[in-house]
Amino acid sequence: MNVSFRLNGKGVELTNVSATTTLLDWLRIDQNLTGTKEGCNEGDCGACSVMVTDQTGAKALNACILFLPQLDGKAIRTVEGISAPDGTPHPVQTEMINHHGSQCGFCTPGFVVSMATAHLNGDTDHDVALAGNLCRCTGYAPIIRAAEAAENASIPAHMVEIPPILRTKSNEKDLIPTDLEGFANWYEANPDTTLIAGATDVGLWVTKHFSDLGQTAFLNRIPELRGISETDDEIHVGAMTTLTELLETMKTRYPSFATLIKRYGSTQVRNAATIGGNIANGSPIGDGPPALIALDATLHLRKGSKTRQTPIANYFIEYGKQDRDLGEFVTGVTIPKVADNLHCYKLSKRFDQDISAVCGCIWIEVNNDIISKVRLGYGGMAGIPKRATHAEDALNGKAWSEDTIRQAMDEMSKDFAPLSDMRASAEYRMQTAQNMLLRVWHERNGETTLVHEVTA
Amino acid sequence: MSIAKPLPHDAAALHVNGSARYVDDIPTPHGTLHLAFGTSPIAAGTLNSMNLETVRAAEGVIAVLTADDLEFDSDVSPSAHDEPLLAEKTVAYVGQPTFLVIANSHTAARKAARLAQFNITEGTPIFTIEEALTANSRFEDGPRIYSKGDAVAILETSAHTINGSITMGGQEHFYLEGQAALALPAENGDVLVHSSTQHPTEIQHKVAHAIGKPMHAVRVETRRMGGGFGGKESQGNALAVACAIAALKTGKPCKMRYDRDDDMIITGKRHDFRIDYTCGFDSDGLIQAIDVKHYTRCGWAQDLSLPVADRAMLHADNAYNLPNIRIESHRLKTNIQSATAYRGFGGPQGMLGMERIVDHIAQTLGMDPAIVRQKNYYASGGSFPGKMKPQTTPYGQDVTDSIILELTDALMSSSDYSNRRAAADDWNSTNSIIKRGIAMTPVKFGISFTLTHLNQAGALVHVYQDGSIHLNHGGTEMGQGLFQKVAQVAASRFGVPMDAIKISATDTAKVPNTSATAASSGTDLNGMAVKVACDKIRDRIAQHFAKLHNCTATDVSFSEGYVRVADKNYTFPEAAQLAYQARISLSATGFYKTPDIQWDRIKGQGRPFFYFAYGAAITEVAVDTLTGENRILRTDILHDAGASLNPALDIGQIEGGYVQGAGWLTTEELVWDQKGRLRTHAPSTYKIPACSDRPDIFNVDLWDGENPAETIFKSKAVGEPPLMLGVSAFFALSDAVASCGPTFADLQAPATAEEVLAAIGRTQNV
Repeated sequence: MNVSFRLNGKGVELTNVSATTTLLDWLRIDQNLTGTKEGCNEGDCGACSVMVTDQTGAKALNACILFLPQLDGKAIRTVEGISAPDGTPHPVQTEMINHHGSQCGFCTPGFVVSMATAHLNGDTDHDVALAGNLCRCTGYAPIIRAAEAAENASIPAHMVEIPPILRTKSNEKDLIPTDLEGFANWYEANPDTTLIAGATDVGLWVTKHFSDLGQTAFLNRIPELRGISETDDEIHVGAMTTLTELLETMKTRYPSFATLIKRYGSTQVRNAATIGGNIANGSPIGDGPPALIALDATLHLRKGSKTRQTPIANYFIEYGKQDRDLGEFVTGVTIPKVADNLHCYKLSKRFDQDISAVCGCIWIEVNNDIISKVRLGYGGMAGIPKRATHAEDALNGKAWSEDTIRQAMDEMSKDFAPLSDMRASAEYRMQTAQNMLLRVWHERNGETTLVHEVTA
Repeated sequence: MSIAKPLPHDAAALHVNGSARYVDDIPTPHGTLHLAFGTSPIAAGTLNSMNLETVRAAEGVIAVLTADDLEFDSDVSPSAHDEPLLAEKTVAYVGQPTFLVIANSHTAARKAARLAQFNITEGTPIFTIEEALTANSRFEDGPRIYSKGDAVAILETSAHTINGSITMGGQEHFYLEGQAALALPAENGDVLVHSSTQHPTEIQHKVAHAIGKPMHAVRVETRRMGGGFGGKESQGNALAVACAIAALKTGKPCKMRYDRDDDMIITGKRHDFRIDYTCGFDSDGLIQAIDVKHYTRCGWAQDLSLPVADRAMLHADNAYNLPNIRIESHRLKTNIQSATAYRGFGGPQGMLGMERIVDHIAQTLGMDPAIVRQKNYYASGGSFPGKMKPQTTPYGQDVTDSIILELTDALMSSSDYSNRRAAADDWNSTNSIIKRGIAMTPVKFGISFTLTHLNQAGALVHVYQDGSIHLNHGGTEMGQGLFQKVAQVAASRFGVPMDAIKISATDTAKVPNTSATAASSGTDLNGMAVKVACDKIRDRIAQHFAKLHNCTATDVSFSEGYVRVADKNYTFPEAAQLAYQARISLSATGFYKTPDIQWDRIKGQGRPFFYFAYGAAITEVAVDTLTGENRILRTDILHDAGASLNPALDIGQIEGGYVQGAGWLTTEELVWDQKGRLRTHAPSTYKIPACSDRPDIFNVDLWDGENPAETIFKSKAVGEPPLMLGVSAFFALSDAVASCGPTFADLQAPATAEEVLAAIGRTQNV
């Protein structure tokens, strides 16, 4: 397939590239641009971070799980393009030297790119911007000092990119559709196609499992699938909306969901990953579905010209099996706009950039000390994201009391039979899933219940 | 003077713009081939045969080699000759290399390596400590035992005794740059190897054997590693040997780098330990006797396990004067990756065992553990009035340089420990969900290789006729800043600015017979060797100018870029030019060996260490009693780097070491399944600390003092010791857990959220 983009300020036109060539391999092997490093080849370490600018702005992304077709019409800046064309170091580079922010130096290019991107965007929440960049040498403290020191430096002119014009160049084999209707009809006729959204999961099928994806279709060009629209009582989120975009909307509407999304992967992963991909792949440990279940969201699907809706909880049937027909695809999800009663809790070995052992999302409405409405969505507790219906029954219509909560906790053992794996034991999963209910009780009583609420 | 300046890392400017070159970044000649290992899917068994037809037929594959194809002895062990490059008749762990794919791309090689069909008769694997003890599966014929006094007898009469056990997991190095090597075939069957290794000489030695040539046929070059931490002391051997063999077989350059998952599945990690203890003490918390047993899983091959387990024993006292102690150490052979060197090299494990004992004593007596620690410290160095003899370690070395008492006092006061201890207790009495914990732990770490002959180093220094200086030594750069510190030594000896010094890659053709850059010894050994080399050249120049000006060589000085003699100041380049014209040799080697050490590792007696490095840390944490989730709120560290050669680089080692140590004891958990397959083999499942895991408040200071031992400018080694400051995070968690109930917390490591919650449960069991 043919792809064109701008790399470090210079136009690049590629013809006949494989749809599953990663940007990282292309940079390192074809271009000998070896500043961008491979640390894990799965999007978890950030050593391959690059800055990608499109009409929605500049973002840090992991080049190891980014396919070349996803970059068509965009501007890419690698670490080699962070210094000015005349070689003048970028302020974050200068401060990294001044503050001893590099030791072995292998993670440094990725940090520099993430930091320069955050600097460009005026983002000073460094722990969030850098959660996806691992460093084994420094303990991070000097890197944060460098990021803080560069905050007020002016943005070098070369960092401001105007992305090139999007051009559609696709062929039968590697489809990059641009209109929803055309794609829907095509996909109905070609249901064996591998659909690629953000590639944060599909990327690993290629880099780690060596899967042959066969016919592929990249969905990033269909405008109807992208973005968030609101009515008086609903928020509609297109399937191709990134987690970064969803995070922004949720900050004001359902802040607990926003806090959860903030721990979904890392900045680089959220910039690529889409809510549609997160739902459609049916993973039992995705962080979107438990919250959407608790929010009573509605899933929108389409097959050919037929569209339908289903409560999101019903989409997940069993492990590996979803309520999705051959040739049918997820177009979006609708979230009701009501008074906020959501509590989301993510439990993982590491706070940032980790996959949930348990993700518990609890919607609980209390009127006159009676629980009037409850919906419990859990991830990591079963083969699918799932409601805890026994626990819900033990809460619904009951008095709002610790006693009721504890009864519901007991009932939850009927809802789930979790697995033991490298993330957590079955017993721990059950105990903490139950304790998440108790946390709601203490939290609503105004107690300090999170380690992130305390300081030395 | 360039000494003691906080100069940045020598390659900092290259790191930040991506131009610092690692092995995989070296431009390779056209036609370079790429390698990957096929690995055993079974933990123990007889390798009957492998069907490699599909591997050979895979796209891009040039050749596939098995053990039968290896012409010479291709052992890759650093010690016992028990690691064939490719498995021969048996397999001993899941991930053991069994065949080698040579292909035209990295991906093609990896892809093909998955396609083999194995015919293996499964044996009975040994995974656990109990299984190994039952089967008497061990290295050496029995446990090593070191002792002092009569622990067993004194335990009988102690006022208080406690028993306990602590398990501590291993640790994946997670150097950001995976293992890598590149071999270029040279004329006459020789080979040039670029290797990401802490030990170029060993790479040279193993490659020479594997190609059936003397060491002079192999040149190994290492400019830098993207992190080492001990993981590149021996674990790079297999890649370098494979590349050299393949390069000579194909006549083409061959490169091999492990994909992250392969790296974690194939290579060794920190040794996990279980430490069982009985301790007798009086009502004031003064320790009378300790009987301690170390059990460590060494994995399938010996590698460096014996000196690692020795060093654990040598740190079983940590900073405490123990009149009676018996240490028994079992080195168990198991069917997992062969555990290897990792920053601290057993020291952290031995120390954690000791700190657990002190924590247990304190909780038993209801005392503040910090007080119990201080009560049991070694006496301060130099404070042995009259005929009082210095206190000795369990292995008979006098402790004459202790500063741990005064260092701890200073830290306790600068960190406002007492008030914060009280505030944490107050908080815990009024908060039911979030509990706080605070702990101080000390570090006393012995410096020197315990294998005495390794304590030597060489250097090669050239002064060119334009006054520029080429510097080379046997140490390797893995991020620790060794090259810069050593360059500072050279610059100061010649009195020239830093930019006069060219730091060059470690190269076995320049400095031979080097030791691994390990045991924190890099600067101590290589700094001294470089000083010796520089001083030889300096003395020759001085003698020349003394003669010229009718004075003595001691009247010639080197400072601020000048050679000064009588009333005359020559710029250093002028002086170099004049010396050259006078036919003065401007090139010299330097050699250094650590004095005063001797050690009998079988008896456990002697002076294995030239000196000790000290430090202490205070960590405060918050713990969520609903899930066990926890966070470091504040850390204060005071660490002894002697008279620091470069305080910025030393503080970098301390901050980074602390976070790495805290990671070992908290979120970094290695999980194997029932079949011995490592389930945590990528950053998605193995969780090293991320950015937000560092302490919110992180105060790190250097102890103001000099090394009483004659080290390079009175500095102290700083690579490994700070890792053990992370132990304070573990005991802060233990402290928070202890506040949840009356029973001894019994926290095990790593203290994942799950383990913390389980410990809270145990502490509430009356």
